Amino acid sequence: MRLPPDKTVAIEGPAAARHGAALTRPSGRLLAIAAMVVAAALVPLIATNFVIFQLTLVMVYGLAILGLNLLTGINGQFSLGHSAFYGIGAYTAAILMDKIDLGYVWTLPCAGAVCFLVGLLFGLPALRLQGLYLALATFALAAALPQILKFGPLEDFTGGVQGIVLLKPDPPAGVPLNPDQWLYYFTLAVLLAMLAGAANLVNSRTGRALMAIRDHPIAAAAMGINPALYKTVTFGLSAFYTGVAGALGAIAVQFVAPDSFGFLLSVSFLVGLVIGGVGSIPGSLVGGLFVLYVPNIAERVSTGLAGAIYGVILLLVIFVMPSGAAGFTRLALARATAWRAR
Amino acid sequence: MELLLQQVMAGLANGAIYALMALAVVMIYQAIDHLNFAQGEMAMFSTFIAWQLIQWGQPYWAAFAITVVLSFLGGVAIERILFKPIHNAPILAQLGAFIALFSILNSSAGEIWNFTIKSFPTPFGMEPLLGERLISTHEAGMIGVTAVILGLLYLFFRGSRLGLAMRAAAANPESARLVGIRVGWMIALGWGMSAAIGAVAGMLIAPVVFLEPNMMLGVLLYGFSGAVLGGLSSPGGAVAGGFAVGVIENLAGTFVPYFGRELKLSIALVVIVAVLLVRPAGLFGRAVVSRV
Repeated sequence: MRLPPDKTVAIEGPAAARHGAALTRPSGRLLAIAAMVVAAALVPLIATNFVIFQLTLVMVYGLAILGLNLLTGINGQFSLGHSAFYGIGAYTAAILMDKIDLGYVWTLPCAGAVCFLVGLLFGLPALRLQGLYLALATFALAAALPQILKFGPLEDFTGGVQGIVLLKPDPPAGVPLNPDQWLYYFTLAVLLAMLAGAANLVNSRTGRALMAIRDHPIAAAAMGINPALYKTVTFGLSAFYTGVAGALGAIAVQFVAPDSFGFLLSVSFLVGLVIGGVGSIPGSLVGGLFVLYVPNIAERVSTGLAGAIYGVILLLVIFVMPSGAAGFTRLALARATAWRAR
Repeated sequence: MELLLQQVMAGLANGAIYALMALAVVMIYQAIDHLNFAQGEMAMFSTFIAWQLIQWGQPYWAAFAITVVLSFLGGVAIERILFKPIHNAPILAQLGAFIALFSILNSSAGEIWNFTIKSFPTPFGMEPLLGERLISTHEAGMIGVTAVILGLLYLFFRGSRLGLAMRAAAANPESARLVGIRVGWMIALGWGMSAAIGAVAGMLIAPVVFLEPNMMLGVLLYGFSGAVLGGLSSPGGAVAGGFAVGVIENLAGTFVPYFGRELKLSIALVVIVAVLLVRPAGLFGRAVVSRV
């Protein structure tokens, strides 16, 4: 399976369409990003706690999808196993908080490091496999993780089928926020830092090497790029992003259990990737929105047919924007610019 | 030795299911070059149609034939209505469409026929065959039907003009179009045949796993594994891979001490991945050589 060559990876938010041609200039782009960050920072002051919690999860899923995007969208390696990295990150954080009372902030780097290592190790055999064969290998990871988490002798750590219940972290003393608001800002800060990191990576020499490997591995190798090195490290990095998302998710939901990290979660990430736009960094956040809200909307329309309605919405979105929200925005901007020039 | 033989036979019987599903997977892979995630749900839906026909008083074989024909038409219709319009969309977008189809079929079946488990009749009976409890007549029937379908497919693809045209359309669409083959319809035909094979698989599996909307998820995963193990470019390989997965799974569950029973799916997958590392295009698949 060859992934689509998606040439431009630009920083464009969903709000971009309103700004029209201004976004083709870097200053317009910066303005749009600044506006979105300010908007994101103001939301918790007016929204209810439940909405704040949902938006926190949107950011968590967006981060996980960003991890998948680095691997699939930028580097062209297909994965059905990201639910496993998310799960490993979540369980690392949960076990550290539950067993040795580590502060929740410190669980993030630990979860990231563990996932980076697992991803790196998994990236080695993945070098031999391509397309659907790689999909099967990563699927094996996704299928195995819930079984391993439930495995009897490990129950002392993992809590078995019951999982682990966590406490919601309190905001630091003196900060006038409730726990939901605090968690939102904490997640937002982590997300912004990691978004910036991903954007820098993609726009660097390394990022161009990764995309060259995606578009034409043989030509990339001929240009002096070491595909094996870049591909394994990308696997690790992608797992790192998704693992940190998993840890954040565990802290936000305050609960981990084996069956929440199955194959279907991987499918959700994949759907988010497609909806947001393969290879687009801000698109990952749109994917997070879709993954969290659309099943809820479908559920509200009809409980019995929720799955069917979800499927129909997904199909409609794919028909209208086959290259995701990012591709759609890019097209809309190009049209707007052309229309102005007339 | 007795136990080993018994487990191998039981594995082969399960493997027949996986082999049929793997065959359906490979059929569609040949036509469109990627995996149809909704394959299992299409088969499940077909099986429910057969069940409904039997409930309405049709004899088994009539229901069987009507279902196969309806599934074929349904498969063609799905390709024409849903997938032809997004033929040029990025591959991952098409994957999203498969997931959507999966969700729609699963949820509608649950709404129409509800989620209670239903039993499905078998034309072969469930008596033990060969005197011992090695294998039942139904399991022998499944293996037989798989062999017959594989034989028919072989004859179709090797011996008929239409089969040749389908192979040409899959191997080299541009050249096939230039010699007058209607490539779009060949793809639709591939969908139809794959849906029909899936329907047969569903109807044969239903007496064993019982009929309910989620019955095919596990089976599809095993079928997919079998297809990949055998090599996605080879229908015979897919069947062999399906049988192999059934046997590996059963033997791992019986003979790996301590954690075999709990982790048999994981063990089977690890074995498959290990095989793929040695032969990245599957056991019987051809490695694709690309020209630079």
